[in-house]
Amino acid sequence: METFSYRHKAERRSTGSKAQAIIGVVASGNLEVLVERVLPDTECQVEVSTPITGFGSVWEAVITDFVERRSPGGLKLSINDGGARADTVALRLAQAVRLIEEEGR
Amino acid sequence: MTSTPFVRHNAPSWYEASARERVRGLLDAGSFKEFIGPEQRETSPHLGIFDLPRQFDDGIVVGRGKLSGKPVFVAAQEGRFMGGAFGEVHGAKLTGLLRAARDAKSIPVLILFDTGGVRLQEANAGELAIGEIMRALLEARRAGAKVIGLIGGRAGCYGGGGLLAGCCSALAVSEHGRIAVSGPEVIETNRGVEEFDSKDRSLVWRTMGGKNRRLIGGADAFVDDTIEAFRAAALFLIERAPAFGLDVLKAEQARLAERLNRFGACADGLDIWKQEGIVDAASVPGMSAEDFTALANRIREPRYDAR
Repeated sequence: METFSYRHKAERRSTGSKAQAIIGVVASGNLEVLVERVLPDTECQVEVSTPITGFGSVWEAVITDFVERRSPGGLKLSINDGGARADTVALRLAQAVRLIEEEGR
Repeated sequence: MTSTPFVRHNAPSWYEASARERVRGLLDAGSFKEFIGPEQRETSPHLGIFDLPRQFDDGIVVGRGKLSGKPVFVAAQEGRFMGGAFGEVHGAKLTGLLRAARDAKSIPVLILFDTGGVRLQEANAGELAIGEIMRALLEARRAGAKVIGLIGGRAGCYGGGGLLAGCCSALAVSEHGRIAVSGPEVIETNRGVEEFDSKDRSLVWRTMGGKNRRLIGGADAFVDDTIEAFRAAALFLIERAPAFGLDVLKAEQARLAERLNRFGACADGLDIWKQEGIVDAASVPGMSAEDFTALANRIREPRYDAR
């Protein structure tokens, strides 16, 4: 099992007031993302746990791109990976932020 | 050339939904409160040894909520994480929920089964969990709680899950739901392809599928593959399912003995359906849920004095 932890500065605080959200499942080619509003407004942390080793640079690229696009300030995102491709990872990260920003679900 | 009009299916499918989506759609909007949620990270202590990824909820969502304004406990297995299989933590969450129901006495429990059985990587802990759940389930029923199983997920309800389903007060199943202990591949591996050809999908569904289970009394309600239909069935079965006591157990024993007597010699689901008086038995697998339910109710009303 390989684990990574990335800490980024975000432009602004993620909107909404929900404390947490979760999306996806740990299955082949899929992953789950747990997102929690636990950090200072301009901090963002992404933790990855994956059984597929040797893809650290791809994870880093996908997560850097995600932080730039979504500005998930204040959020900690924890990933359990089931061997998802980079595009699936990007999709789930975007879904996770959207879920925690949405009201009433 | 004629074109088929585009039909939009708005009703969310039970089969396609995740465990969390099923719970959200089943209960009254916004009423669900999770116990030991994913943020607590109570993951399997065994999977890491095999370098296998964990899931934050260990593949089961448990909590309480409201169904048509009344409190219920609910547990939902995620069939896509390790085939919804029971491990140590997964099992302990269900045991705890059933013990809460036992202590509360009158609050019904909905178990959304979606499981291949016990997780092989933590087999001993998983088997023990099944035993503990079974005891907790029966204690909850004895204390006065109805326990309703809802089955229509991609993993079906197999192994220890099949045994637990047999302990419930009542079951609702959809076409996609399959209920059995040994799965098709397991039977074929142990007894040979002559006994059971696991690649014959039609045979699998004729034997373990929702329609056959409803016709032989293995499930009490047959429902369409929608979250809405499962919700209606859950409400109905909470009302109709029997209480638990010696009379019910005796009636269940009589029901099972009679079933064995009637169908024990049948080699195929088709033989059973013919014997039940369905003239065109071969048409059963293709029937819509509505037509099938009407037929099943005409052939044999579900019994609410047994289980």
